[in-house]
Amino acid sequence: MSQTLEQSATPIPEKRELTTLPRFSDRVFRGVVTTGGLSSLVILGLILGFLLYNGYSTLRQQGMHFLTGSNWQAVISDSGAFDVKNSHFGLAAMLIGTMIVALIAIAVGVPISVGAATYLTFYAPNAIKKIMVSAIDLMAAFPSVLFGLWGFFVLQPSGEYWAKLIHKYLGFIPFFQLPAPYVTRSPFIAGLVLAIMIIPIVTSVSREIFSQTPLDRIQAAYALGATRFAMLRAVAFPYARSGIVGGVMLGLGRAMGETVAVYTVLNIVYQVNWQILFSAGGNVASMILLKFGEASPNEVKALMAAGLVLFILTLIVNSIANLIVTRTGKSGR
Amino acid sequence: MSTVTAQIMPKPSKPWAASPLDRAKTGGIFLAAVLASFAVVASTPLKGKLAYILVFFAAYIMIDFASTFIKVGRQGAVDAVFRAVVTMAIAIAVTPIISILITVWLRGHKGLHIGLFTTDMRSTAYTDPINQGGLLHAIIGTFLLVFFAMIISVPIGILTAIYLTEIRGKFTRPISFLVQAMSGVPSIVAGLFIYAAILLPLTKKLNGIEGSLALAILMIPTVARMSEEVLKLIPSDLREAGVALGGTQWRSVAMVVVPAARSGLITAVILGIARVAGETAPLLLLTGGSGSKNYNMFKDSMGSLPNYIWQCFATGTPESITRAWAGILVLLVIVVVLFAAARTLGNRKVGKK
Repeated sequence: MSQTLEQSATPIPEKRELTTLPRFSDRVFRGVVTTGGLSSLVILGLILGFLLYNGYSTLRQQGMHFLTGSNWQAVISDSGAFDVKNSHFGLAAMLIGTMIVALIAIAVGVPISVGAATYLTFYAPNAIKKIMVSAIDLMAAFPSVLFGLWGFFVLQPSGEYWAKLIHKYLGFIPFFQLPAPYVTRSPFIAGLVLAIMIIPIVTSVSREIFSQTPLDRIQAAYALGATRFAMLRAVAFPYARSGIVGGVMLGLGRAMGETVAVYTVLNIVYQVNWQILFSAGGNVASMILLKFGEASPNEVKALMAAGLVLFILTLIVNSIANLIVTRTGKSGR
Repeated sequence: MSTVTAQIMPKPSKPWAASPLDRAKTGGIFLAAVLASFAVVASTPLKGKLAYILVFFAAYIMIDFASTFIKVGRQGAVDAVFRAVVTMAIAIAVTPIISILITVWLRGHKGLHIGLFTTDMRSTAYTDPINQGGLLHAIIGTFLLVFFAMIISVPIGILTAIYLTEIRGKFTRPISFLVQAMSGVPSIVAGLFIYAAILLPLTKKLNGIEGSLALAILMIPTVARMSEEVLKLIPSDLREAGVALGGTQWRSVAMVVVPAARSGLITAVILGIARVAGETAPLLLLTGGSGSKNYNMFKDSMGSLPNYIWQCFATGTPESITRAWAGILVLLVIVVVLFAAARTLGNRKVGKK
C-alpha cells in the first residue's frame, strides 16, 4: 500500500490519444481503394489521350472535312510515300450510316421492349415472369458474333421478303425506294439485328423504372375504378417516361458502337445511302474493322481519329442516358 | 368438432382471378383467331409466316375487342386490346432467343465430334471435312485471354465498388458516373486504344496479353457496377458492429463486409466473364488467330473461340460454316453455363455464408 502511495508521486500518465484521424492502416486502405476507384477516370482519360495523339495529324490535315466529307481515300504516290494532299478522309457517310442503322434499331426495338417490360411488370403471372426475365437477361450475354451469324443465316431470308413487301407497298416514300433491285445485306436488316440486340437492355431498364412506380398511386387509380390500361396511361407511363427515354438512349449507345454484328449483316459501301432497303451502308465501328486489315500506317491514324469520334459520340449518348436514368430513380423515393 | 369448423371455413374467393368460363372464352377467341388466319391466308393472295402472324393478331384483337365491348363497354375493350398488344410484344421479344438457341443447336451439332476438344487446327484448313481438326487451341486461347482479363479487371472493379460504397469520398459521384460511361465504350474502341497505347509504340506484334487488356477494359464496368449493387445490400449494422468492436475501417471491410458479400461478388465476376467471353472485335485487331496451341500470353498470336468462328465464317465454304456453328455452340454453352452459375449464386441470400 505504501509503495503505491510513493509511486503516485510519479507524473500522471499521458492523456490517451483521442482523435478522429484515421489510423495508419486505414489511410493506406483508403489510398489503395481511392486509387482503384480512380482507375476508370484514368482509363477513360488514356483512351481519349491515345486516340487523340494518334489521330491528331489526320484531324489537323482534314479539319472539318473529317466530319462533313464523305470520301475515304488513302492515296499512295508513285514513290510509295503517303500522299497527304490527295488523300481524303471524311467520316460523314459512315456517321450518317451509324445514325440510320441505330435509328432503325430504336424504331423497331423500343416499342417491343417497352411493351415487353409493361407485360412483365404489370401483367405476367409470377412463374412466367421469372422465366422470361431470365431468358431476356441471358440474351444480353449472347456474344455479338452470334447475333451476326444468326442475322445473316436466319433473319436475312425473312428480312429480304419483308423489305420487298415494304418496297412494294410503301415505295413512294423516299427512304423505301430502291435504285437497283438488291435488298440483301441492307441497313434495314442490320437495323433489325441491332433492334434484337438492344431489346434486353431497354427492357431491363424500363422494367426497373416501372417497378419503382409508387404503389399508392397505382392503387389509387384502381380504387377510382380504372382499368389496367387506364392506370398505366394515367400513372405508370407518365411516371416512367423520362426513365424510358434514358433506357432508349442506352440502347442507342449500344447500337451505335456495335461492330461485328453489323459487319456480318451489312454490305459496307463507303457512300451516303438514305435508302434503307438498298444493299449498301455501314457504320463507323464496322468500317474501322473493315479498313484496319490492309491499312497503311497513315490510314491507321485516320482510323484512330474515326475511333475517337465514335468514342466521344457514344460517351455523350451514354452520359445523357445515365443522367436521365439516375435522376428518375431518385425522384421515385 | 374439428370437422364442423373445417366445413364452416369458407374457401378463399379470388374475385380477380380468371374463372374457368373466362379461360374458356380466351381459349375460344384464340382458336377463332387461328382459324380466321388460316381461312384468310388460304382464300387471299397473302402468303408466308408473316401473313399468318399478322392476320392472327388482327383477328385476335378484333374478336377480343368485340366480345369485351359487348360485355363491359369501351373502357374494358381498350384494356383488353392493350393486354393483347403487350402480350404480343413479349412474344416478339422472346422469339429471337428461342430461334437463336434452336438454330445454334440444329446447325452446330453436325460439327460436334470428340476431336473438337483434343486437336487443334495446326495441320487442318477450315475447308477440310468437319471430322478433322478441332477447337482445342481456341478453347485454351479463350480461357487464357479471359483469365488474364479477370486478373486485371477484378481487383480494379471491386476496389471501385468498395470506394463507391464504403469510402464515399468526394469522388463518389464522378466515379460512379464515369463507370457507367465506361460501360458504354464500344468494344472496337477498346481494341483501338490498346493498339495505339501498346501495340504501336511497344510490342509491334500481335499477342495474347493485348487482347486481355482490351477485354479487361470492357469487363471493369460490369464487375464494378454489379459489385456495387451487392455491397449496397450489405446492412450497415454489420459495418457498424465491426467498427464498434474496435476494428479499423480496413478490418471491418476486409473481415466483415467483403466476406458477407462473397457470393454476390463472385456473381459479379462471372457476369463480367460472360460479357467478354464472346467479344470479337478487339481480338481481331490485337491477338490475331493462329491454328496451333499457344500457352504464352506475351509471344505470338493467340487463337480464340470468337476469332475461330469469325475466320470460319469469313472462309465461307459449307464445311467452314459448319465449323463456325460448332464453335458458336461451344461458346454459347460456356456463356449459358456461366450465366446459370451466376444466377444460382446470385439467388442465394446476401450475407449468408
